[in-house]
Amino acid sequence: MHALDFDYMLGLVPILLGYLPLTLEMAAAGMACALVLACLLAVIRVTRVPGLNAFALLFISFFRGTPLLVQLFLFYYGLPQVLTFLVAINGITATILGLTLHFSAYMAESIRAAIVGIDRSQTEAALSIGMTRAQLMRRIVLPQATRIATPTLMNYFIDMIKSTSLAFTLGVTELMGATQKEAAGSFLYFEAFLVVAVIYWIVVEALSWVQKWLEQRLNRAYQR
Amino acid sequence: MIELKGIRKQFGDHVVFDGIDLSLDRGEIIVVVGPSGTGKSTLLRCINFLETPDAGHLTVGDLGFDVTGATREQILALRRRTAFVFQNYALFANKTALQNVAEGMIVVDGMPKAKAYAKAREILERIGLADKADAYPASLSGGQQQRVGIGRAMAANADVILFDEPTSALDPQWVEEVLGLMKRLAAEHQTMIVVTHEMQFAREVADRVVFMDQGRIIEQAPPAELFSQPKDERTQQFLRKILAANVV
Repeated sequence: MHALDFDYMLGLVPILLGYLPLTLEMAAAGMACALVLACLLAVIRVTRVPGLNAFALLFISFFRGTPLLVQLFLFYYGLPQVLTFLVAINGITATILGLTLHFSAYMAESIRAAIVGIDRSQTEAALSIGMTRAQLMRRIVLPQATRIATPTLMNYFIDMIKSTSLAFTLGVTELMGATQKEAAGSFLYFEAFLVVAVIYWIVVEALSWVQKWLEQRLNRAYQR
Repeated sequence: MIELKGIRKQFGDHVVFDGIDLSLDRGEIIVVVGPSGTGKSTLLRCINFLETPDAGHLTVGDLGFDVTGATREQILALRRRTAFVFQNYALFANKTALQNVAEGMIVVDGMPKAKAYAKAREILERIGLADKADAYPASLSGGQQQRVGIGRAMAANADVILFDEPTSALDPQWVEEVLGLMKRLAAEHQTMIVVTHEMQFAREVADRVVFMDQGRIIEQAPPAELFSQPKDERTQQFLRKILAANVV
């Protein structure tokens, strides 16, 4: 057992923070794409669009039923062998793609549950004044479903930030990849991984605060 | 101007009603009464296509069509000509009172927002809720919510407003303010069909009272006549029961 090398740890912080933007960018891009895809899947599931509904079910089942790491390897190492035009896919793109597909499957289900949870009489009220189904979704249902789903979606976002660390297995030097390299050079594995753990932890804590603030804001309309 | 001909509705094997005929003129106020479960609300919902009727012909204003072959466009057009007031208010929970009233004008009629909000404010003024414009439904009393519900129906500028037991879900202290608003609308000759158990309201406001039982219109007459000399035995029985309970 040796004493912790605090000087090394402090010196590591600015180096690793330099890789934080890439981590956050991958998570943000993945989240944005996943939200769009999840909304689409959820609406398909709720309205039971024939054909598409079956596809959505299969999609959700596959991407929830297999590990993210397997999916990432499939996209990055496997798919380019079959679809040769994908040979140029880089690790960052593959990660964003994997995160998008994987998390959209989970998020679709929580958005679907939120949509179904909205009082049916509001739907009738909207229809009764002559709104189309699309207007009803856009103006009445989705805004309220967003509110209901926000806490869960934020949790998925937090999970997604942590999952970007898997990108290092695709050769991407992001927060985790950089730590791995630093540790391999210094042999101070405990110090290095402790520092990166704390960085992830602080980021997630900060997001939890945003989450609380957001929930309070969204609940404004429902306070008596 | 509003005519129902041979309307039929069934849920599965259960035929709620078959061959309902009913017509009313512009400005006429009809109150539909009858025991629970006789299809009054279902009939009202058919006029707005919240329930799809299985047979019959519907005419509202200049729009008339056979319900069996109704197209999307016809249904939307029908809904623009009719407005609905729900028993449980059914306000949009994510919108303020003002937005609830303005929503249809903006989204359905395509009115510019500023104009729609100005109109919505006028309506809130008329229903006595100008000071609640920015309140969300959750912070309003039942009576206030139902008045907003009526305001939303007024904003639709429909040929007829359909009221589905508008006071049944209200605490007793809020009933009067909602009935009061409906009476004012009646005095302005707003065409309406009201399903209610409020016999006093029917007596005071209705041009014609329609008595329904087991999916059929048993008889219809001006309130003075129907309440004092009901012809059919079922009407007599119903009135005896409900008047004994209500003491009007």
